[in-house]
Amino acid sequence: MIPEIGHFSLILALLVSLILGSFPIIGAARGNAVWMGLAKPLASVQFILIAFAFLCLVYAFAFMDYSVLYVANNSNSKLPLQFRIAAVWGGHEGSLLLWSLILSIWTVAVSLFSKHLPDDMRARILGVMGLISVGFLLFMLMASNPFERLIPAALDGRDLNPLLQDPGMIFHPPMLYMGYVGFSVAFAFSIAALLGGQLDAAWARWSRPWTILAWIFLTVGIMAGSNWAYYELGWGGWWFWDAVENASFMPWLVGTALIHSLAVTEKRGSFKAWTVLLAICAFSLSLLGTFLVRSGVLTSVHAFATDPRRGIFILAFLVIVIGGSLLLFAWRASTVGRGGKFDVVSRESFLLANNVLLAVAAMSVLLGTLYPLFLDALNLGKISVGPPYFDAVFAPLMAPAIFLMGVGPIARWKDASLPGMAMRLRWAFGISLATAVILPLMLGNFTPMIGLGLFLAFWVFASSAELVYQRLAKSDLPLMGRIKANSRSWWGMVIAHLGIAVFVLGLTIVKGFESEIAVKMLPGDVAHLAGYDFTFDGVVDHKGPNYEASHGQIHVTKNGVLRTILEPEKRLYTVTNMPMTEAGISPHLIHDLYASLGEPLEGGAWSVRIYHKPMVEWVWFGCLMMAFGGFLALTDKRYRLKRRAPSKAANSSKAAKI
Amino acid sequence: MKRGLIPFAIFLVVVGFLFKGLFLDPREVPSPLVGKPTPQFSLPRLDNPATIFSPKEMLGKVWLFNVWASWCGACRDEHPILVELAKTGFVPVIGMDYKDTRPEAQQWLDQGGNPYNLVAVDADGRVGIEYGVYGVPETYVIDKAGMIAYKQIGPVTYDALRDKIIPLVKRLQAQ
Repeated sequence: MIPEIGHFSLILALLVSLILGSFPIIGAARGNAVWMGLAKPLASVQFILIAFAFLCLVYAFAFMDYSVLYVANNSNSKLPLQFRIAAVWGGHEGSLLLWSLILSIWTVAVSLFSKHLPDDMRARILGVMGLISVGFLLFMLMASNPFERLIPAALDGRDLNPLLQDPGMIFHPPMLYMGYVGFSVAFAFSIAALLGGQLDAAWARWSRPWTILAWIFLTVGIMAGSNWAYYELGWGGWWFWDAVENASFMPWLVGTALIHSLAVTEKRGSFKAWTVLLAICAFSLSLLGTFLVRSGVLTSVHAFATDPRRGIFILAFLVIVIGGSLLLFAWRASTVGRGGKFDVVSRESFLLANNVLLAVAAMSVLLGTLYPLFLDALNLGKISVGPPYFDAVFAPLMAPAIFLMGVGPIARWKDASLPGMAMRLRWAFGISLATAVILPLMLGNFTPMIGLGLFLAFWVFASSAELVYQRLAKSDLPLMGRIKANSRSWWGMVIAHLGIAVFVLGLTIVKGFESEIAVKMLPGDVAHLAGYDFTFDGVVDHKGPNYEASHGQIHVTKNGVLRTILEPEKRLYTVTNMPMTEAGISPHLIHDLYASLGEPLEGGAWSVRIYHKPMVEWVWFGCLMMAFGGFLALTDKRYRLKRRAPSKAANSSKAAKI
Repeated sequence: MKRGLIPFAIFLVVVGFLFKGLFLDPREVPSPLVGKPTPQFSLPRLDNPATIFSPKEMLGKVWLFNVWASWCGACRDEHPILVELAKTGFVPVIGMDYKDTRPEAQQWLDQGGNPYNLVAVDADGRVGIEYGVYGVPETYVIDKAGMIAYKQIGPVTYDALRDKIIPLVKRLQAQ
């Protein structure tokens, strides 16, 4: 009975979203206040209905209702409760329901925190989000119903893919979806602005915090996914340029460009058309990501569903949403004014260059991801585009973008002086160049890529230090006062940029100095790597709730002193009969020691892979810093001002044009 | 207006490819070996390590060459299908036990039934490299002249058997 109630609740949600997607938008066009006023309550009703349906599915999983097809396919009675609940989004149908739920959460959030928006603007924004919701609910009800019954019921479920039975599964997908779907807000703001013809600084200021919030979620989501791959897949890798990783990375790149572009639109009134296009692209790439993952067009470790009917539905949906908004853009963007003028050397042009580089990087990732499909569709053969392509294309695009990160914040708006900036940054440049040469030589391995990576990391450190120093030195206030004299969004920018530097530093060091060995080990055998002695103590069998495991132990010593104990595990999940590796990792600021069990060999020996990964944790720590920078910017004073009078919008747009 | 249409035009091209892509199967990887002679090898047999099997022995017959292992989950899916196929005696199936241990392989056959005319043992996976084995299981259809006619990556399913393998074997047998 519960699944039917959930199903019914989804149908009601579809009806509500249809009204939400039509009446408020028409009302905004006709100036009908009652119709516009429908948007806010409908957003709440839609959220309640979808959340209720979601809880029904959670209930079916928690209480093991194997008469529901989706539950039977993705769960098992031996699966621990936390994974039974995470299994709700372990497959296609449930992922879609999570998608819809998160969209309705964002919609409600916008309806609650938009008191300062003009009524027509708010009605249009919520209406556009309602239309997106229509598409997803329709898709779910027509082609991917999570509540479909299985009659007769299965005795037990087929179990969740063991790869997904990990704490990462509980956090990674919801975070990632919060990011993906969060860009729908910036998208809806843009479409609403195009519809209403109101593209100004106020619009940019309103959409900025939403964009930053979505970007924070996406950053943390991607980070969590990368960290998960690192310890779960047992190859010691953390980024594979897999189609599905790319699908989350492309919106991130465009979203990053969007944040910067919005800053220019808010402060200077420039780049309006470009900002709108980026907002459309960021969300379009999120949708495209959903399509790529769900349609089976590309193969990937992440692809669960292959059903061409579903693919056609999503593709049609993409054509309507993306195609429609791009047409709207083509029609309305030419009416948008050009905004403030700026010099070739100015903060605007540096930000524009950064934007173009990020957008081109996203396009090159898109090209690499779709290239195999293009060739296959043209009957030119089957190929796979791997890390070499992405590494070769990505580094040359990101290097100048990161270099500009040091320059941009120091440049003045409108027109800046190149000699003056060169003077300010000469020390930063000298220090980073010297470090880039000396440090690798001291560590005993200099390659141009290591040099470049270190240069960029230290360039951002040093130029940020210069920036902060200049800001803090010119004041008589006590230190805390001086810190507070600068806005939180400025500090957020500094910290996010430092996060990039930390990330690049970690990336460079781990790529340049990591080492690994694969050895056959009998209990008592010792392997040597990076100055450490790894002694294999053997393997003990034990039973988990739904798997059988061989639990290995390796104790690590340096010069006879015990440093750490690694406990890699090899599991066999009994229901699906799939083997899984759980790496044994000792994380550390300076380096990770990482071991994973291969296959058992004759006579109690095991093949063991041991990795030494210097500074790999910095990669994820850098991502967290970026997210924290975003969080600081979000708590900036100017977003906390409640009840902004609508007339203020006109004022600030005038101010921006001065 | 015209310049504004550029993103839309790019999008249309991408959609065209995505639409085409829906009807392609990315899992269908053509093997470079299809149409080429079977790589030769000599491997000990599972039932009797002293005897050696070589593909030359099968010249003049159409046969299936199935790469499997006792540690492989997907092999469990296809195993009953192979067993049924073997019961019909329609086509000889030679197995190759890939990177496996003899006792485990033997136990697997004792439990699940033995669909193979014989099993060669590729303990270190060297022959697997010759055949370009991506992952276990894989199945090759080999014709009377010892040429590889088809490669099935992943488990042999009922559909694959009915739609591809059996018609192909019939055609090859008639040649």
